[in-house]
Amino acid sequence: MQAFLDVFDIYLLEAVINGILLGGVLALLALGLNLIFGVIDVTWICYAELVMIGMYAMYFMVQYYGVSYFIAAPFTILLVALLGAALHYLVIAPLLTAPPINQLLATGGVLFVLQSFATVAFGIDFRNLGIRLPVLAFGDMNFSYARLLSFVAALVGMVAVYLFMTRTFTGTAIRAISQDRQIMALMGVDTKRIYLITSALGGALAGLAACLLVLQYDVHPFVGLSFGPITFLICVLGGLGNFIGGFIASFVFAEIISLGGLFSDLEWGYVLAFAFFIVMMFIRPAGLLARRR
Amino acid sequence: MMGQGRLAAWGIGLAALVALPFVYRDPYHLHILVLILIWSFAYTSWSMMGRFGLVSLGHGGFMGIGAYVTALLWNHLGLSPWVGIPVSMAAAGALALIVGYPCFRFRITGHYFVLVTLALSGIVLQVITATRDYTGGSLGYTPNRASGNRLLALQFDDKTTWYLIALAIWLFGIVVWHWVDRSMARHALEAISEDEDAAAAAGVDVTAEKLKITLLSALMTALAGAIYCQYQMFITPDTVSGIAVSLQMVFAAIVGGLFVSLGPTVGAIITILLAETLRIGFGTRAVGWDNLVYGVLLVLFIIFLPKGILGSVLDRLKPQRKVSPNS
Repeated sequence: MQAFLDVFDIYLLEAVINGILLGGVLALLALGLNLIFGVIDVTWICYAELVMIGMYAMYFMVQYYGVSYFIAAPFTILLVALLGAALHYLVIAPLLTAPPINQLLATGGVLFVLQSFATVAFGIDFRNLGIRLPVLAFGDMNFSYARLLSFVAALVGMVAVYLFMTRTFTGTAIRAISQDRQIMALMGVDTKRIYLITSALGGALAGLAACLLVLQYDVHPFVGLSFGPITFLICVLGGLGNFIGGFIASFVFAEIISLGGLFSDLEWGYVLAFAFFIVMMFIRPAGLLARRR
Repeated sequence: MMGQGRLAAWGIGLAALVALPFVYRDPYHLHILVLILIWSFAYTSWSMMGRFGLVSLGHGGFMGIGAYVTALLWNHLGLSPWVGIPVSMAAAGALALIVGYPCFRFRITGHYFVLVTLALSGIVLQVITATRDYTGGSLGYTPNRASGNRLLALQFDDKTTWYLIALAIWLFGIVVWHWVDRSMARHALEAISEDEDAAAAAGVDVTAEKLKITLLSALMTALAGAIYCQYQMFITPDTVSGIAVSLQMVFAAIVGGLFVSLGPTVGAIITILLAETLRIGFGTRAVGWDNLVYGVLLVLFIIFLPKGILGSVLDRLKPQRKVSPNS
């Protein structure tokens, strides 16, 4: 019995730490969505599909053209950033004055387009990078370098965004717009330009997430569906547009998924996370960090 | 409300629809018609709440529950679909209440509501995939062929029977749509969709009204899923549940027209004919193309024709409708 408990504890600790590592990437995704929502007041339903396109870009650059991973990554980030800007320019901008629900549904159309584009262009096969990073053994626990690398890179990405938002003029303008959309235009800020920059930034975060996720998961046209819903839950739980709430919620969800996966399949981790989410809606309906009315 | 002429037109149209399979027996065309009728019913169910600004992307989940619960009860417990369908509808309804109550009670609207329901359909898909020992996972699931009474098992081989069943279900959906359209609930819900606080101040029980329409919509969607399963005799998580199915409902309802009773039907006709044409035109290469066209059309419609085809046409025909709403 004692031996069983020892083993169990090691696994538990390992799952907890893996959860934290997973939380880093989820937090990156949540940050991107929250940024778009906070500034433009739009939800990109197709956000996870942008990540999927980025994963394909990585796959083709690294596997087909033999580009080194670290050279391919900046190109992927740039590509998805451009996609984000294009999405805003082509779909969101014409709908800015329409009811918010229409903007959201239009990005739903984009979700269809991206998914089926990937199906048509790349087929439905599962593909992976073929890079097997070594496993770090720490005592009796094993962690993959892929996860550690993702976690560190996600943190670096988030710090970079934070510095951009607080230290540069454009970043300050973005934060100001998220506080009051009408006034900032009167203050001489070009809202169109800021929206475009924000969209590109959101896209870049999706691109970074793609570079990290492709290390751990196979890519296929529907891969977005496996982490898209969870990202939305995180954003709602943290409070849409609330960066810190989203950050905390990411780690809460990652722990639930990781610990749930310890006892059963990974899918059940998601189910547990959803059940937890419903319960939280009763307790804190406006998000984790919302002030009580 | 409804003029004599319109009533007569409905009567003649219905008589023609009922008579159709006895005159025209091409199985492929009947199959397409059955699909159109079943999906029309599902799209109508979605638009019941969608027209009041309650945009749900969780209906793929309700449909999946309708289809899978019915099939699972039949295969594992031998329960006839006549029992299984009500059970599956009840399950979908219970889920709708569990998710809907906190949403409505705590004023989760707009983006938040869409994202919560979106996650709901994603989770139902995950559960179906996760319980692959029972549901067959993403490979799909087939209800066992009935050995005894076909009526008891709700399995028929001829298209005519299915056509009539689908027609009845579709008509039921349209009737419910009109019933809601003429009820007090419609005015309450329209007030809610305009301004929730004002509606509450005017004495509308916002939570209860929203829950009622959500429950009705979820029950009907589950029924659509169950009927689809009984007709096709093969379901996969991707064809009856998940985000793609939810978005497909939204797309069809918006393309046809959200605010008119036959709008979702027009949407179903367009989407299914589109998919079939692409499938025949491109063959196996068509995989993905139909959704690509859907997606582009959805974006274009929302930008340029948000009232949908039928809605816009009706608006064009009756520009004076807004002036005298009670005629």
